[in-house]
Amino acid sequence: MDLIQPFIGSLDSVLAVMMKAPAKIAHLDMEEDGYRRKGLAATVIFKGQIEGRIVLDMEPRAAAQVASYLSGAEVDTSESIVPEAVCELANMVIGNAVTQLNDRGFQFKVYPPSLLTEEQCAKAGQDSEATVLCFETPHGNVHLNIAMHYHARRTRERSPVSV
Amino acid sequence: MKQFEPLTRKKDNQPVRYLIVDDSVFARKSLAKMVESFGGQLAGEAGDGCTAITEYARTKPDLVLMDITMPQMEGIEAVERIVQEHPEARVVMVSSVGYQDNILAALQKGARHFVQKPVRPDALYEIIRYVLNDDGVTAPVGAGENSRREWTSFNRSLAHSIQFSR
Repeated sequence: MDLIQPFIGSLDSVLAVMMKAPAKIAHLDMEEDGYRRKGLAATVIFKGQIEGRIVLDMEPRAAAQVASYLSGAEVDTSESIVPEAVCELANMVIGNAVTQLNDRGFQFKVYPPSLLTEEQCAKAGQDSEATVLCFETPHGNVHLNIAMHYHARRTRERSPVSV
Repeated sequence: MKQFEPLTRKKDNQPVRYLIVDDSVFARKSLAKMVESFGGQLAGEAGDGCTAITEYARTKPDLVLMDITMPQMEGIEAVERIVQEHPEARVVMVSSVGYQDNILAALQKGARHFVQKPVRPDALYEIIRYVLNDDGVTAPVGAGENSRREWTSFNRSLAHSIQFSR
């Protein structure tokens, strides 16, 4: 939970600004099978002492609101920049969380976000257990799917030897 | 979007020219809007570090806004190569990944400043004004001495951190 909390906190604070209202965690589930996409989804992969991937999945209305906020103009759900806005939001949320974890001593590398098709989404969740959080916002639900594990061995190898 | 006092080049009073480097088209558009609201001009765009190097040489911008996490070549390596070839280059890193190691690495490679995403236009404006004004490039209207002192203090603390980490 210590590793997941920065991602929850980061999404919560970013959504509060972009949705112009506080977001509420509606439910939390564990998923072991493939993940079924709910809307527009982007993923970010990270490798190092902590490895895994995060999927940010947004209902189109919520994604359009984020696009409107980021672009400073009203954006419709059908516009082509909406999926791009989901990637950018994933980048911000995960970047901010990674910053907190890195400052706590965890070292890992983050890769650029990419959009997920429904098929890729299901495949991404097949081989790992994931925590899925649903945030309720006035513009629709936002799901955060977190699958990661901690490499204790790598951490030991990199730690200074104590005598 | 809020309009800011235009930042212009001291030598010819022309708008400041920017190169924006980010793999996200959305982020590039958003930053381009911001620099327009600062009275700036877009000299070029790049979606990765390799393109940033060639675009810098082609457009010779007054300032580069550079993301860190990008495909092919990341921002920190691109800064290093741009500054090696063009020591006068002024690069501000703009990234969502803002941990200290990353900031220090970017500054050690020649970046002048760092802004964490999501970018607040007023914060970016002050940083750009500071970075350009430091080299006597801009003549900002009503440049505030207080903000200059704040950024100088911030930069000194970063410089201290770099020395400390070496």
